[in-house]
Amino acid sequence: MSLRKGAFHHMRWNEPIIYQLSKPGQRGLLVPEAEAGIERLVGDGLSSIPENMKRSAPPNLPELAQPQVVRHFNRLSQENLGADSNIDIGQGTCTMKHNPKINETFARSPKMTDLHPCQDPSTVQGILEILFRTEELFREISGLDFCSFQPGGGTHGALALATMVRAWHRDRGEDAQRNEIITTLFSHPSDAAVPKVKGYKVIILPPDEEGLPDLEAYRSALSERTAALFFTNPEDTGIFNSRIAGFTNMARQRGALCCYDQANANGLLGITRAREAGFDMSFFNLHKTFSSPHGCGGPATGLLMVDRRLEPYLPVPVVRRDEGTGRFHLDFDRPKSCGKVRAFYGVIPVVLRAYAWIMSLGAEGLEEASRTAVLNNNYFMKKMLEVRGCSISYPKHPARIEQARYSWEKMKEETGFGTGDVQRRIPDFGTHYWTSHEPWVIPEPFTIEPSESYSKEDLDEYLGIMKQISRECYEEPEVIGDAPHSSTVHLIDHEYLDDPDRWAITWREYTKKYTGYFQRR
Amino acid sequence: MTEKRRVYPYIPNSEPGVREAMLRVIGVDSVDDLLGDIPDGIRMKGRMDLPEPFLAEADLRRHVEGIMARNITAGEYLNFLGAGCYDHHVPAVVDEIVGRSEFLTAYAGEPYEDHGRFQVLFEYQSMMAELLDFDICNVPTYDGAQAAGTSLRMASRITGRKKALLAGNMNPDRLQVVRTYLDPAMTAEAFGWDKNTGLLDLEDLVSKMTEDVAAVYFENPSYLGTIESQGERIARIAHESGALMVVFVDPSTLGVLEPPSRYGADIACGDIQPLGVHMNYGGGLGGFICTKGDKRFVEEYPSRLFGIAPTNEKEWGFGDVAWERTSFADRETAKEFVGTHAALWGIAAAVHLASMGPKGMADLGRVIIQRCLYARKVLGKIRGVSTGAPSGSCFKEFVVDFGKTGHDVGKINEMLLSRGVFGGKDLSGEFPELGQSALYCVTEKTGKNDIDRLVEALSDILR
Repeated sequence: MSLRKGAFHHMRWNEPIIYQLSKPGQRGLLVPEAEAGIERLVGDGLSSIPENMKRSAPPNLPELAQPQVVRHFNRLSQENLGADSNIDIGQGTCTMKHNPKINETFARSPKMTDLHPCQDPSTVQGILEILFRTEELFREISGLDFCSFQPGGGTHGALALATMVRAWHRDRGEDAQRNEIITTLFSHPSDAAVPKVKGYKVIILPPDEEGLPDLEAYRSALSERTAALFFTNPEDTGIFNSRIAGFTNMARQRGALCCYDQANANGLLGITRAREAGFDMSFFNLHKTFSSPHGCGGPATGLLMVDRRLEPYLPVPVVRRDEGTGRFHLDFDRPKSCGKVRAFYGVIPVVLRAYAWIMSLGAEGLEEASRTAVLNNNYFMKKMLEVRGCSISYPKHPARIEQARYSWEKMKEETGFGTGDVQRRIPDFGTHYWTSHEPWVIPEPFTIEPSESYSKEDLDEYLGIMKQISRECYEEPEVIGDAPHSSTVHLIDHEYLDDPDRWAITWREYTKKYTGYFQRR
Repeated sequence: MTEKRRVYPYIPNSEPGVREAMLRVIGVDSVDDLLGDIPDGIRMKGRMDLPEPFLAEADLRRHVEGIMARNITAGEYLNFLGAGCYDHHVPAVVDEIVGRSEFLTAYAGEPYEDHGRFQVLFEYQSMMAELLDFDICNVPTYDGAQAAGTSLRMASRITGRKKALLAGNMNPDRLQVVRTYLDPAMTAEAFGWDKNTGLLDLEDLVSKMTEDVAAVYFENPSYLGTIESQGERIARIAHESGALMVVFVDPSTLGVLEPPSRYGADIACGDIQPLGVHMNYGGGLGGFICTKGDKRFVEEYPSRLFGIAPTNEKEWGFGDVAWERTSFADRETAKEFVGTHAALWGIAAAVHLASMGPKGMADLGRVIIQRCLYARKVLGKIRGVSTGAPSGSCFKEFVVDFGKTGHDVGKINEMLLSRGVFGGKDLSGEFPELGQSALYCVTEKTGKNDIDRLVEALSDILR
């Protein structure tokens, strides 16, 4: 048990909203002024603006001097719990892992930050080489052939997949006929939501009694209308679908494309790949498996890999090397391209970090990362199932890959406290826990993903926290009732957030609706 | 497990002793025993064929920095490129805050342990709403292009119509992304603009204004840098036929330019990269969508919207507003989709706007316009060079026509490069009707000396 048990209290500054700190006349930053020579020649500039386009009233922005700006945001950062500061294994499916600091050095260098996307290729040979090499690395990691860096996250990776699927079938004259995409219930919600945005009818396969996509349902869903599969594997349960090659094979025979959501590939590096499992396309979240920090929710990258048959349809441009000169360039001349999913070329600093991470580990190290993630997960699972009130989805399947979906169903029945209550209590211990993607087909779910970054002691400490919370649910219900106690703030009234009359999405809305502390005007 | 194992600094349980102990607890002999679900037929045979790694951090640094050293940055040369990604000053205070590991390494904590993230992004939404003079702003989207695409889809859902009329002078790179978002739910048609003035062609707009039009979209300033002053008339044309007006706006202009809400826009969108985010080779983009507070609009956002709520100890609490809209809540009936977008850049923009305040934004707008006017004027004096069309007012970009110099833009830019200058973006491919023209950009970082140096270089080249 941890030496620090019970000692945690999150920073609690009671920091005002920035508008409450505003003092008219203060300046946080000065901007350059036009040189005298310019002023003489063109005047104040403002008179050149058409009269009706001159801003009539200045924007109501707060006014603060720089020390007060820094203090405010520094305090807010201290009221946030990053992966650097906690044992962040409770955000299952998201692969929270160490973000190596050396990679920040690379990402923050002017050699990265100060590049304009329209610079002449001769001036960006360094970053183009990084992109080119990264494509080569992923060729080996996925078994597929070509890549696009454009998608700005996993969901965006799914958008790129769906856009490619459309371009492929359109080119074959089958676009109108193939209007369905098949996914599974334990795949990421975006694997259903994104194809809908791209105009597909989405068929969601339910799990069978073993938790795997139901084969019979799949057989009857598959038809000449199927445009593609969007599968995660292992799914959110952590169970690997051992029949996957059969699924992809059947789809291929029907002329559908097989798309692999490898947002989280953290248990599989060097063990099994998209290619061997029969997939045509895949995307990898570089901010998950490949260590780039999550940034409170982006910027990120869902790197897209495709089989060579699909290469002509990739988003434009792609990075190529001239074999004669060895120089790198961007190839925009791609008549069959599906277009673009993002402005310019992607979130390039994230790619740079991922490149550095892969190159710091090599083939053996990547495999070690994955095998350790599997080890950690199964160790944690063994011990977690000893905690009172906890069970696991599909218990017949003993081993899981990199994560597992558990349930507090029994505890909920016995104490009235379920996963939402645990989630509310856990900040008191300086860590974090997420329930699970909806819908909650597994009752009172939670998903733990103890990636390779966490030591045995870390896992034991987190297990100790889970044990204590379970004990409290059974024996000290008053502690759970109005938790959290030592977090930044106390119990939040979420009803305000679902009621159009009461919600306030900006300070402007708040001050229109309320005065003082939530007193209705 | 007798082979000599390497211990990796990022992988604590790679140490053989602890590994053995954990395997014993699980009750298996090796990790392979845990991978039984993965059939042999799809296992990797042998090891991945990857380059030898740089295991020591010092070696890795030499390797990566060695490659990146081949880049020449916009700071090392003189830069006049814009076209959707802008070389503004990034305040040190912004870099300091977004570099804080509490923000940088966080992801999706709850409003308790991640109170700070919720509050900053609520403040971001609040300041953006003020800048745009609207009630609502979302947590950032991937980029301004997504914000534009989603704004149009929101307009389609609100009006029940399926067509977008897009200004012919919009950013072509952005147009390609917008098409991806519209296809196949909506169709798009371009309406014209006047290449002499840069203004939109309202006659053409009216002629295309049919009953299936959900939204009229234009950019202000336009891709070619001109300020569109006919917003009110465009709004009237759109509204009279039951369509909405969507305006993509550069937020760095809004200290001095009227925001779209004041000339009738129903939805304003844009990119926050100019507000304190490094260019990052185009990777610094992040989008915003602003609307009025009408529930009809709020419920069509796919994005996270952070709201303020009371706690039982009277603190400021936060959480997700109208969660049921999102694809996290219901994957099949959601408004489009939401995921990991560009939240950290929202934090950057919050710090930027709080530092600038209303006076900073006004000063910023003023100096940029002054330098832009100066550059346009002095470049226009070079023999054969014209900066007269489009003639409209500009903010930070303007078109330079080299048609009469006898050189094409590609060649001129090559020669500028050899003099340490990144010339303006070549428009000859994107807008052939402008001939051999380039789009030049100046910001508050571009001093008079820099502009004079450009004039000197061009005069020398075109001599």
